[in-house]
Amino acid sequence: MRKNNSIRMDSSRYYHHLRRWLVGIIILVSVTPLLAISAIAGYQFRTAYRYKVLAHLSQVVDKHRANIDTFLNEKLADIQVLAETQGIPRLSDEAVLAELLHVLQSEHRGVFADLGLVDDQGVQVAYAGPFKLAQAVYGDAAWFKEAMESRFYISDVFLGLRGLPHFIVAVKKHWAGREWILRSTIDFMAFNELVENLRIGRTGLAFIINREGAFQTRPPAEMGEDAKLLTEWVWGNEVRGGKEILVPKTLAVEAWSPFNGAKPVVQSPPRVFSFTSQTLGGRALFVTAQLKEGDWALVVQQQKSDAYAIWYRTRNVSIAVLLLGSVAIVITSMFLARRTVQRISQSDTEKEMMTDRVIQAGKLASLGELAAGIAHEINNPVAIMVEESGWVEDLLEEPEFSGLRNVAEIRRALAQIKVQGVRCREITYKLLSFARKTDPTEKTVQLNDLVNEVAGLSEQRARFANVRVEKDLAGDLPLVRVSPSEMQQVILNLLNNAIDAIDPKAGGTVRIATRATEEGVVLDVSDTGQGIPEANLARIFDPFFTTKPVGKGTGLGLSICYGIIQKMSGKISVQSAVDAGTTFHITIPVAPGSPKGPPTA
Amino acid sequence: MRILLVDDEVEYLNILKKRMDRRGMDVTTAKSGSAAIAILRGNDFDVAVVDLKMEDMDGIEVLRIFKKMVPDMPVIILTGHGSQKAAREGMACGAFDYLIKPCDLSELLGKVREAAGKRPLGDGSHPPNS
Repeated sequence: MRKNNSIRMDSSRYYHHLRRWLVGIIILVSVTPLLAISAIAGYQFRTAYRYKVLAHLSQVVDKHRANIDTFLNEKLADIQVLAETQGIPRLSDEAVLAELLHVLQSEHRGVFADLGLVDDQGVQVAYAGPFKLAQAVYGDAAWFKEAMESRFYISDVFLGLRGLPHFIVAVKKHWAGREWILRSTIDFMAFNELVENLRIGRTGLAFIINREGAFQTRPPAEMGEDAKLLTEWVWGNEVRGGKEILVPKTLAVEAWSPFNGAKPVVQSPPRVFSFTSQTLGGRALFVTAQLKEGDWALVVQQQKSDAYAIWYRTRNVSIAVLLLGSVAIVITSMFLARRTVQRISQSDTEKEMMTDRVIQAGKLASLGELAAGIAHEINNPVAIMVEESGWVEDLLEEPEFSGLRNVAEIRRALAQIKVQGVRCREITYKLLSFARKTDPTEKTVQLNDLVNEVAGLSEQRARFANVRVEKDLAGDLPLVRVSPSEMQQVILNLLNNAIDAIDPKAGGTVRIATRATEEGVVLDVSDTGQGIPEANLARIFDPFFTTKPVGKGTGLGLSICYGIIQKMSGKISVQSAVDAGTTFHITIPVAPGSPKGPPTA
Repeated sequence: MRILLVDDEVEYLNILKKRMDRRGMDVTTAKSGSAAIAILRGNDFDVAVVDLKMEDMDGIEVLRIFKKMVPDMPVIILTGHGSQKAAREGMACGAFDYLIKPCDLSELLGKVREAAGKRPLGDGSHPPNS
């Protein structure tokens, strides 16, 4: 497409800006709501889901805390029943004790490991169980001292004399002026099962810890510093090294209120801590609940990635969708912006072309008026000059001039003046026909005549371009009904194009042929020029399509020809081979009344 | 042969008259349309040669009046205006033929003789004087 280069440069920057602006707006308008919705919905979902997970964990922990408390209280109650119903004298009998232990074990599937009666000096006066602990002295043992201070007692887990982890359930009984303690050892493995069965997700597991940070159940593989931190959080006043998540009250569990012995104990609700654990490898959660009147704490620990697995998965999928969507939006916006700017630039170019054309037409019109004026003004003086020279010629015929030297030379000069006068007339005539507006009035004409006229006009041009114009006109061509001036315009256009297609350095031939066919009169204009590349062939009749250099062609010639031929119900087609030449074929219907088709004779 | 030359270029009229006189023709010149009409009222001519573009009157107008006054007098248009359109218009108004200035005298004389030859013979009547 032809365009003024400097304008192109300026506008290319403008179109670049326009494209960037469009891309920006489209992305902003599409991505912003997407991001906002994702952020808001994501945050809401995360909060709701987190609380749901935490509430669930708290509930599970609270239930198990209650189970464990109940378990401990039951065991204590069993021992208490024995102490109250059997009486110290019977309990002092090891055979009775062994039978009671058997009953307890069969009822509780071996939870009670042994049974022993200890006097106020710490001497085990009677013992039934797998270890040889009769007459064992517990006077200095921590549990014994603490057991002596209250009616009921449950010890922490310790190794004791037997060298195995266990804990003691003891009941104090006053008899015969002395304090007696009936004690039983709870099987560690049986108790452990209570928490070991509590598994949550992939990484969630439970354990019990006391105020000193000692494990009351089998500890998780590695706890390291975490255990110390944990005791500080559960029993201390401030949470260091982690943070407590406050689950909203509406979601929190009502605290379980079991009976510990006789009196109801109000338990504090489970608490949730979040922290970064070295041993658990990443961020983790602790859900804790105190039990055994605050001596112990049931702890469930779980990796955050595990606890919030669904949230993380949803988040990752959402981010992926968001990213893909954004990429799609960016690509689409770029594509759309490019298309839009292309269209705009195309229509701008066409508009500029139209403006150019209007200006051009205006120039031609004023040039036409000027030419018409000049023609008249020049022809008159030239006519006088020619006649005056003719008069001199007339006078030369008189006898006194005969035999005079140079008469022949004077005659030659006068003849030359006449010739040049006629040349002036031709020039003005051409100027006028150049400026003349086309007349669309249709007439029945002989196409060959039009071809001859136009070929005459182009003769000079062809000579300058080193082009030989050959005519091969059928003698018996039927007449056609066309607008002569429009038809001339078509022929002139094709002829000029053909001449332009030929490199003046190499020269070439343009051939104009007419012939009669079944369909009508055919005009062929062929050149031996550069040819038209296949890619351009389909576009050559498009308005503003030109391959001529800037300023040399408007790209309108062939489209005007096309329009004119269409109007005449004719056909125009083109054949071309690069570097071999181009041929345009025009077929025009024969005028009504004129003999049709090729002559048969 | 009586010829009426109408043109607003006096120099052209003069030289043309000289040359045609020399060739034995009876040439009367008029340098404007109105002058020509006045001359035509009192005289009879075989052929009139009229310019298309004159200062006081359009040549086509002069042609129409001529045709009205002496319908059978052939009128040849001789114009410097290169437009064929105007010449064709003249033809449509009854001109015998047209020539474009500058033209060869022999060409003009040829046309004049041709025109005079076409005029119906034996018509010796003078044009009406009104």
